[in-house]
Amino acid sequence: MSLAGFLRTLLIVGAVAALEIACRTGAIKPTMVVAPSAMALGVVEALRDPEFWRHFGVSVQAVAIAMVIAVTGGFCIGFMLTRVPPLRRAVSPFLASYYSIPHIAFYPLLIVIFGLGRTPLIFLATMFAMVAMILATMAGLDRVPAVLAKTARVHRLGLVDEILRVRLPAAAPHILSGLKLAVAYSFIGVIAGEFIMSTEGIGHEIAYAYDNFNNQRMYALILIVLTLVTSFNMSVFAWERRMLKRRGL
Amino acid sequence: MRTAAAFATPVTPASAAAPAPHARLEGVTRVYPARSGGDEVHALGPISFDLRQGEFFSVVGPSGCGKSTLLDVLSGLAKPTEGTVTFEGAPVDGKVPDGVGVVFQEDASFPWLSVEDNVAFGLRRAGTDAAETRRRVEFAIGFMGLRDFRRAYPSQLSGGMRQRVCIARTLVMQPRLILLDEPFGALDQQTRLLMGDELLRLWRETGATVMLITHALDEANLLSDRIGVMSARPGRFIEVVETGWDRERDSSLAERSEFGAVTSRLWSLLRGESLRAMGQGQAAEKRA
Repeated sequence: MSLAGFLRTLLIVGAVAALEIACRTGAIKPTMVVAPSAMALGVVEALRDPEFWRHFGVSVQAVAIAMVIAVTGGFCIGFMLTRVPPLRRAVSPFLASYYSIPHIAFYPLLIVIFGLGRTPLIFLATMFAMVAMILATMAGLDRVPAVLAKTARVHRLGLVDEILRVRLPAAAPHILSGLKLAVAYSFIGVIAGEFIMSTEGIGHEIAYAYDNFNNQRMYALILIVLTLVTSFNMSVFAWERRMLKRRGL
Repeated sequence: MRTAAAFATPVTPASAAAPAPHARLEGVTRVYPARSGGDEVHALGPISFDLRQGEFFSVVGPSGCGKSTLLDVLSGLAKPTEGTVTFEGAPVDGKVPDGVGVVFQEDASFPWLSVEDNVAFGLRRAGTDAAETRRRVEFAIGFMGLRDFRRAYPSQLSGGMRQRVCIARTLVMQPRLILLDEPFGALDQQTRLLMGDELLRLWRETGATVMLITHALDEANLLSDRIGVMSARPGRFIEVVETGWDRERDSSLAERSEFGAVTSRLWSLLRGESLRAMGQGQAAEKRA
């Protein structure tokens, strides 16, 4: 293990141990935070519960749909905007200020429009995630060196080949960082939405446990969500690292 | 080893008495439209000249005189504002014709492809069959001394090696006209000299016509049959100098006394133009 890896492990183990001690000695009350060992028990209990898996499935499905729409749609829109400069200039102030909008505040409105199903959630998460992808796609395509585009023309590539074989691979590192954001934002959008108003899903389960003072279950569910999101993001990150290393970045 | 003579496509002149020019520029100008607040920029011309079949032609000129614009127009990467460009008798109209290869000053290797895949890029896009692609890539990689680096990625190579990759990538397409835009501009002096010798070898063995843009007068002198000396912007040829070197030449030429005479000639032609170009630059700075 590298020194950095060792320090990282030490940090996590230390923090968990400190929390465990603080909870056991009563410095932190169980009504506030439960001990990590209790959280772990809660996780085991949740994983055995078929009802948990139903909620889990519902959430993951919504996240997956939002993610796919956000990534493909965001990419297409970003791509189109780089090809149509006047349109891009027209919308760029909106894109730049987009993330100052508290998206979640529109969720009740979305429920009025779409009804209390999965649609408003997926819509919210997609809206939240898509703009990150649009911005990353544009940043990536903007930074394709002019000499590579010229090289494509010297090789007499058609527009489609130029895009697929030269511009996209050249822009890939930027596009991938947009993808990472879009993944995280899709999770946030779905779970936060479920938290506020929903009848199912992990977010709803966390809120339900909270309302019922079931701290052990609440923390267990939060832990599961954290693990899921981090491992998903880590795998994208590992892929990205491999690609960047090859390019000497 | 297979020689490049067999590898290149021989081009027979239309008539032995007066060979048709390989490429021709007639009254070519290039004017960049005015950008906000500025005047339009007359970058090039009018220029008329012929590239002879199989010659090594260099272009020297003060910085900003339109050398790269000349290359863009000749290769079909840019359309001339006025005038016509023909390559092997057919008009070049804002599209790079088959048989023209370009090597740029900037690193144009694809960082996501290995050396091998970089070199094979054009052949794969053109749909050349796998066996032929392998044969040609093998040859080009050997020719440019990249054999030990075939699986490396550009980020693992030095600037000189990356430029070799770009030259190899051009070479596999068997271009009949090779245009080079200051390909060694970013390299150190020793590497430049060696790359120059390799460029001569490539030129001799492929029989291609070569046009090299450079700002190094002795490099132009050493490599070329003819050297076009350009004026300050708008770039025009003020003179075309014939060197008269043998086809079999290398960097040892630099020791000969005639070599110094040609370099002096080039500099005497360019000195005034370079001063004018510097004046243009300073005037532009003052305006800004």
